[in-house]
Amino acid sequence: MANLTAPKMITSMLSKISPRRGVEGLFIIVGLAIILTFIFMAIFAPVLAPYDPNKTRVGGLYESPNPKFPMGTDRLGRDILSRIIWGSRTVLIVTFLSMALSSACGVTLGLISGYVGGKFDTALSLFMDSLYAFPGLILAIALAVMLGQGIMPVTVSLTVVYVPIYFRMIRSEVLSMKESLFVEAAKAIGAKGRTLIFKYIFPNVIPSIPIVLSLNAADAVLTLAALSFLGLGLPAHIPDWGFDLRMGYGALTAKIWWPGTFPGLMIVLLTLGFSLFGEGLAEILNPKLSGG
Amino acid sequence: MISDLLRIEGLRVYYYTRDGVVMAVDNVDLFMKKGETIGLVGESGSGKSTLGRAILRLVPPPGRIISGKIVFDGLNLTELSEEEMRRIRGKRISMVFQDPMTSLDPLMKIGDHIVETIMAHETLTRKEAEEKAIKLLEQVGIRSERFMDYPHQFSGGMRQRVGIALALALNPDLVIADEPTSSLDVIVQFQILDLMKELKNLYGMGMILITHDISIIPGIADKVALMYAGQLVEFADAKSFFNEPLHPYGKALLESIPNIQHSDQKLKYIPGNPPDLINPPKGCRFSPRCPYATEKCREEEPPTIMVGHHRLVKCFQY
Amino acid sequence: MLLILLSVVFVVLRVAGDPVSAMLGGHAPISEIERIRKQLGLDKPLYIQYLNYLMNLAHFDLGRSMIWGQRPVLDEILEHFPATLELSISAFTFSILLGVFTGVFSARRRNKPADHAIRLYGIITYSIFIPWFGLVLQLIFGVYLGWLPISGRSDPRMAPEIITGLYVLDSILTMNLPSLIDSIRHLILPTVTLGIYLSGIYTRLTRTHMIDILQSDFIRAARARGLPERTIIYKHALKNAFIPILTMMGLQFALLLAGAVLTETTFSWPGMGYFLYERISYRDFTTIQGTIVFIATLIVLISLIVDIIYVYIDPRIRY
Repeated sequence: MANLTAPKMITSMLSKISPRRGVEGLFIIVGLAIILTFIFMAIFAPVLAPYDPNKTRVGGLYESPNPKFPMGTDRLGRDILSRIIWGSRTVLIVTFLSMALSSACGVTLGLISGYVGGKFDTALSLFMDSLYAFPGLILAIALAVMLGQGIMPVTVSLTVVYVPIYFRMIRSEVLSMKESLFVEAAKAIGAKGRTLIFKYIFPNVIPSIPIVLSLNAADAVLTLAALSFLGLGLPAHIPDWGFDLRMGYGALTAKIWWPGTFPGLMIVLLTLGFSLFGEGLAEILNPKLSGG
Repeated sequence: MISDLLRIEGLRVYYYTRDGVVMAVDNVDLFMKKGETIGLVGESGSGKSTLGRAILRLVPPPGRIISGKIVFDGLNLTELSEEEMRRIRGKRISMVFQDPMTSLDPLMKIGDHIVETIMAHETLTRKEAEEKAIKLLEQVGIRSERFMDYPHQFSGGMRQRVGIALALALNPDLVIADEPTSSLDVIVQFQILDLMKELKNLYGMGMILITHDISIIPGIADKVALMYAGQLVEFADAKSFFNEPLHPYGKALLESIPNIQHSDQKLKYIPGNPPDLINPPKGCRFSPRCPYATEKCREEEPPTIMVGHHRLVKCFQY
Repeated sequence: MLLILLSVVFVVLRVAGDPVSAMLGGHAPISEIERIRKQLGLDKPLYIQYLNYLMNLAHFDLGRSMIWGQRPVLDEILEHFPATLELSISAFTFSILLGVFTGVFSARRRNKPADHAIRLYGIITYSIFIPWFGLVLQLIFGVYLGWLPISGRSDPRMAPEIITGLYVLDSILTMNLPSLIDSIRHLILPTVTLGIYLSGIYTRLTRTHMIDILQSDFIRAARARGLPERTIIYKHALKNAFIPILTMMGLQFALLLAGAVLTETTFSWPGMGYFLYERISYRDFTTIQGTIVFIATLIVLISLIVDIIYVYIDPRIRY
């Protein structure tokens, strides 16, 4: 896989997704379908949602699912379906944003640290390893407590939690590539530092990123929902599935199941979408790991 | 024929792979008396290992025994249930494997390997089994203090001795040795072969010695069964075979053994490649490489002909 | 390693923002903020705070609650610890048993429908959102079927005499049958919720390793010796596959804790996780910090223990 340019690599990746790999192909397709559905939901929220998600008393309080409110209403009389649809926006924005940031940070730091080596690398790795050893949720809680509520603080919390993953992965790939022949060859023709890193090493590191991105996205959705569930997430005026799930606990014993079940279900589905996609991708690109 | 320990008739073992059907063992007949040692010789891919496995019904998927009979001491092994077969394995027919490093459980002491095998087949107390195991180890030249050691603490040759001890633990009637010396150093090879000869004389069991290296056969085997491309091409007693091999393949093999006394001569080898077992050559499978091949050889499959009293050859020359 | 972790906690919790305003909600009068800051030593320069922090930790002093301020945080945490311990042991055991057996089952029926179903299960379990799954179980078994209680550790009237703090164990020790049944009933749903979530990774890991090992030479040799299939699978194959599973168990500990936090919150199970959640809602900064430090230490300890166990299990490392 040495020295292919990025476009060539993507095509070679895609060509491996042949119909022969039945089950894994199914995973990818279903996963992608789910993700795209939610993206669609998020983009067209204003059009799709029948009501204003924050408007209280559009219907009765705790109305059970009926044709007017397919998912029922919550304790403030808000339409749950609309909250779900708008909530997808929230989740996807935070997730994609934090994934972009953490991968950018992690990959860059990993590239630099792996390449430069020495004390800088040792120190940074130690720091990253400690961060990594923490349960993601606990770390996110710690950060969120300090940073307070709001989309940006929550995004930052999530970003920090995932940076070590990219860092470690990229760094180890860089380390193994540093010794490889083609880097030697590049050096021999006079390539230096920055060029070496970005033009030669980086393109070869790219293939492993999408899988990690996808699986991390799944994790991020769960962590975000957990933060909201624990009361650390977003302010009340932003529709958020985790928060709604929490609220749904209130009327449980009265057999009012819909305010909690639907938001929670969405969380699970979106996570599943990312997971299936990531897993399918992983098994196709790394068949050894699947054992199948 | 009644005193036959093992009779294989018309055995076919095929592997159903994604690329096609590999006819690993194609219509093979073989007979063996009690206490006899047969050297099953052939290059890799000739089907000899598959044949050995088939006797124990341990052919791994996607392989299967398609047809044929394997009659062992009156029992047709192809018709037995899995549980009945399990009781025969290790007790009446056992196997010595090629690579002693990988055929032992790395997490279990070697003494326990033997004890476990004994107790799986016989009702002895653990203590009795252990005593028996220690005796066995001593018989193969391993000191009893090493009973509690783990496989990785032994050298290759020692591990193979353990493998042999395991195969003999329950005094089987037949031992199948699948390339027992191939992964050992030359000097150790001879030690192991000597050990096997000794034990053979002591226990009187039948043995099928599977190998690609024909030079280890003299002195240990009574008969030679030569396999090529999934078929049995010659079956003769060892003396006759080495004196005068009949099948061209056998002839070529013996000629290709380097001889130190003629070290100035060029090395002889057999030209061509082993055949594709999914699409074997029409007619005689050795014909593409045979110096005596005729048009008939390339068209028709030669029959198995009996030469002399007990010699079989699969060739048109006879 | 521990030092790094602790330092990281410190950095994270200090640098990210002003704890006092966070607690008071940012609308409090400045004088009030200043007063509390002084009280907590937050007005000193950062490096002095850091040193104080480490010194206190060396004395196992995790500080005091910002709000109630009387009892040491450590005491409060330890009070809640047994509940978490009980849930963790229970869920962990459940997840291992479930994961390993489904993994073995799946490996033996490789590429058959059951195998694919179990592989899918492995992926799904990871995506399960604990609060939601817990909710569903509570609805089905608690509300609609009424078979199991949906919150708490026990019916207040039936709590056992406390010896170890583990209700099930205590009930057994005091031979209190009604209490035992009650404790177990309360333990079931949280265990299943957390357990299923954790089991997925074991299923996949076991399956992968078992498939590998079942194709290896020594298993073939074992079959050739006529050993019973069950012995081969469990005594030989599984034992060999277990080592990477053990490593995973150590790594999973962090996940277990995070999952415990969510599970406890969902089921109002009075353990450390629930305690943390409570204090979060009060923005009780010092307690939160103390709890997280405690958790970090716990993680490092467990890793050490796992490393030690590792040496015991694999004879190859010893020699």
